[in-house]
Amino acid sequence: MSRIEVLLCAGTACLSSGAREVKAALLEALAEEGLTGEVRIVETGCMGPCELGPIMLVYPEGIYYIRVKPADVREIVREHFLKGRPVRRLLWAGELPESKEIPFFSRQLKVVLANCGRIDPEDIEEYIAVGGYEALSRVLTEMSPEDVIEEIKRSGLRGRGGAGFPTGLKWELVRMAEGSPKYIICNADEGDPGAFMDRAILEGDPHAVLEGMAIAAYAVGAQHGYIYVRAEYPLAVQRLETAISQARRYGLLGEGILETDFSFDVEIRVGAGAFVCGEETALIASIEGRRGEPRPRPPYPARSGPFGKPTLINNVETFANVRHIVVRGADWFSSIGTEKSKGTKVFALAGQVKNTGLVEVPMGITLRELVYDIGGGAPNGKKIKAVQIGGPSGGCLPESLFHLPVDYEALTEHGAIMGSGGIIVLDESACMVNVAKFFLEFTSEESCGKCTPCRVGTKIMLGILERIARGEGTEEDLVRLEELGHMIRDASLCGLGQTAPNPVLSSLRYFRDEFLAHIRDKRCPAGVCPDLIHYVVVPELCRACDRCRQACPTGAAQGTPGNPPYRIELSACINCGACFDACPFGAIERRPGRKER
Amino acid sequence: MRPEELKEIREKAKARLGLRSGDVRVRIVVGMGTSGIAAGAREVLKALLEEVSRRNLTDVAVTQTGERGLAAKEPVVEVHEGDRITVYGEVDEALARRIVVEHVVNGHPIQDRIIEVREVVG
Ligand SMILES: Cc1cc2nc3c(=O)[nH]c(=O)nc-3n(C[C@H](O)[C@H](O)[C@H](O)COP(=O)(O)O)c2cc1C
Repeated sequence: MSRIEVLLCAGTACLSSGAREVKAALLEALAEEGLTGEVRIVETGCMGPCELGPIMLVYPEGIYYIRVKPADVREIVREHFLKGRPVRRLLWAGELPESKEIPFFSRQLKVVLANCGRIDPEDIEEYIAVGGYEALSRVLTEMSPEDVIEEIKRSGLRGRGGAGFPTGLKWELVRMAEGSPKYIICNADEGDPGAFMDRAILEGDPHAVLEGMAIAAYAVGAQHGYIYVRAEYPLAVQRLETAISQARRYGLLGEGILETDFSFDVEIRVGAGAFVCGEETALIASIEGRRGEPRPRPPYPARSGPFGKPTLINNVETFANVRHIVVRGADWFSSIGTEKSKGTKVFALAGQVKNTGLVEVPMGITLRELVYDIGGGAPNGKKIKAVQIGGPSGGCLPESLFHLPVDYEALTEHGAIMGSGGIIVLDESACMVNVAKFFLEFTSEESCGKCTPCRVGTKIMLGILERIARGEGTEEDLVRLEELGHMIRDASLCGLGQTAPNPVLSSLRYFRDEFLAHIRDKRCPAGVCPDLIHYVVVPELCRACDRCRQACPTGAAQGTPGNPPYRIELSACINCGACFDACPFGAIERRPGRKER
Repeated sequence: MRPEELKEIREKAKARLGLRSGDVRVRIVVGMGTSGIAAGAREVLKALLEEVSRRNLTDVAVTQTGERGLAAKEPVVEVHEGDRITVYGEVDEALARRIVVEHVVNGHPIQDRIIEVREVVG
């Protein structure tokens, strides 16, 4: 028996910040102190606060060590594990025990992520110990498929993959569809830049997804499932493979599950990672071994999925919710959230906030709470001006709308979308023209090219944005952007094109001033667009150290060592910023506005 | 596997969650400051762990703490049950095993070795 349990976050972020090295150091230090048998190490999925990694959660105290380096480990072992004195300088938020008292956690509600960071995802018995497969067992022994569908319908669960379609209704459509066999697909393509909600669930609690899929299969009458996951997620694939083979060994997947006459098995399909392959019809084509291109709907997958068979396709997070609804009941689930958006939502919180990482919140929480209470506000005293929510299909909402709740309808009404859970916080140092350009660059590159509005339209819009960013736009360009945006939205074949203009349209709606500043004043107010800024030397701060001159690739930074101030010859300057980065005294300033030529 | 077997696995597997589960009935805390260790706290801790795991007491946690200012009475062992803390002094391996068996399992504190009983309020 162990007297200390060390939960070591082995999510992708912590692994890349050195969790493996920390584990090796830990094993070594424990052996040195003769504590090997007394301290148990459990590798878990993502704990959430990714930029604080590598993270260790130590029980029984329930305290977090953050940013642990291999060199810190011996001190933790000697002082804390041996002598019982936690190492304060490495603790998160002093010595606060358990997550509840740390603001980052206290406003969250972990349902889907409850096991992530708490159990060993490679050990099916740990999953069973926290109630895993209980829902499946109950469904198979006590409920008819219709009961299950009714329960999911009553819960109000909606798809977490983006569009928010009612899950129970979708299950019913597949159940009623003619044809056999039927298929279940778990959509784990997760193509939004910066999003990692689904990856974290797959890495941290893969059995929850398998259990949700098995329950769905029972409800709709399917025996075969696919998980479509991108090749960039090797750890998720590996943990899924482990989970699938363990579940088979325990008779929880395969023939005659739990010795009933229900059979279901799952196969992993690894995709190459094109954004469009997350779109359900393109995904289906890809599973069939064809090129990942969308086709018009109807027919919807519920009638015609892979090989023309009725198919249920849901997102990872959607499936991960299912077991909780079965065990705790539809009433419990629907008591969380707003009138039309029930339960919780997982977000990947990124951008200009103190606490970035993976969070799960009850629907209905306001954007303000998400950004300030959980995110901790801006890290550098700057003013936050917007959130980009919903990724390349979503939009930017200004600070003045931070009272909005996390709710499908409320967000859509204001030009953003719930999307799959990407949220980027922007402060005053972000240029909205540039942000819009970033997302459009992404969608125009990811456009599969099958339909013209998307293939050509996004390119034309991008060209206009680039012009504006160079200070060469006109006010008519804004009108054209809007016209084109509406056209692409209405005429594109699939959701990729239909939503691609959103980031531009919403930025135009709320941040028109910034576009106009680029057009009329040739100024980038945030000082981001390289053609609309210039660099100057602040004479009082210059020490004539010569670093700027050495860094400058064009000879624009000029002066004589020891003889301040230096100056920047604007006619030669290409705005690369090398001098700005090189100056140790902050004597070079980046100013909005085009340099005089 | 039948549904009943799933339940059995679950009951057994709960022990694995051990310290994380939060359903700890009794916590046995050993003072492991420098003077505690010098007086033999390591051996006491090991004996406690051995005894607890031999009896498969899944609702008992053994942990350590720093110096408690009772240097003359080291090694010190505290038994935490709800709001009550029973403190034993000058514990050796034999007493450690008795604490597990007589106090924790059978509910009979070893009166003549107790140096303090505290109620934690709040
Ligand atoms: C361009 C595009 C990309 C998409 N990418 C994903 C994705 O990565 N994951 C996902 O679950 N759904 C994605 N979707 C939505 C799927 O088409 C589908 O609606 C979803 O998987 C249904 O599951 P749900 O009802 O559980 O949300 C995407 C849609 C579009 C148009």
